[in-house]
Amino acid sequence: MDNLTIIAATSIFTAGICTSLGAIGPAFAEGKAVAVALSSLAQQPDASATITRTLFVGLAMIESTAIYCLVISMILIFANPFWNHFISQAAGS
Amino acid sequence: MELSPDSIIYWKYGLFKINATIAMTWGLMFVLTTGSKLIVRNLSMEINRSRLLNLLEIIVTKIEKQIEEVGLSRPKKYIGFLGTLFLFIALSSICIIIPGFEPPTGSLSTTMALALCVFVAVPLFGIEEQGIRIYLNSYMQPTVIMLPFNIISEISRTLALAVRLFGNMMSGTMIVGILLSIAPLFFPILMTLLGLLTGMVQAYIFSILAGVYIAAATRTRKLEPITKSNVKGAIS
Repeated sequence: MDNLTIIAATSIFTAGICTSLGAIGPAFAEGKAVAVALSSLAQQPDASATITRTLFVGLAMIESTAIYCLVISMILIFANPFWNHFISQAAGS
Repeated sequence: MELSPDSIIYWKYGLFKINATIAMTWGLMFVLTTGSKLIVRNLSMEINRSRLLNLLEIIVTKIEKQIEEVGLSRPKKYIGFLGTLFLFIALSSICIIIPGFEPPTGSLSTTMALALCVFVAVPLFGIEEQGIRIYLNSYMQPTVIMLPFNIISEISRTLALAVRLFGNMMSGTMIVGILLSIAPLFFPILMTLLGLLTGMVQAYIFSILAGVYIAAATRTRKLEPITKSNVKGAIS
């Protein structure tokens, strides 16, 4: 297999694995965070503004790890530097 | 369907080029500044005033209240920076519904620039509030061994701010672009709605996180040792 084939196959495979594995952890963590936030809201409805704000900030921090995996997958599919390098080489020669 | 609006080039001359990111950023800045200038021409304290003036006042007071809740005691000092961050990112998210608009925050350059502004602003506010020696001392809390870790955490949270905002906005526009070619007419509209929601949440998150970092840097640590006189005073 030449370079182009290897790069294409690996990039496609890795992009799929990256996002699918990267979304598992944050999903569990966000579920737990929302569950605890709901139970504390039920216990203390007066503090709902603080709890809601802290919940959203926490959810955004947890979500960022999933976003990192998504960004890597997008780069692999749409802006793959290795692919571009070898394509320009193949087009030049 | 590109990864970022940096590749849509409107005009090019040698080394200088105007791409969609620059054009949209300047458009947003123009709308924000001239819009506010026009609205606050007639500031008034009466009940009967223009609705847009009311809207601006609501926005400003809400932002001020949020800054105070984050832990910054004098919100007027920080509302220029934090309010501008929030308004820019929020307006850039809302304007997605305008056809032909590419959010400038969908480009890593813009988000990195905003994150670098926060990275520079945190020590600036910290030194202004606490003095340079106390602020630099705070890097060595609780022990001197934590100095490299504190520095690394500063850099990594700047990077996290940038990539978080970039990832959210870029994935929003990308998924709409992909869905347009697969299942047009209905699902792209749903995903645009989701993109609006996440855009507003990310604007809030960005400014609140910047506020939390500034609050952590400007929080004066005056821990008095507990002596007999202190305890007596506390009990009585």
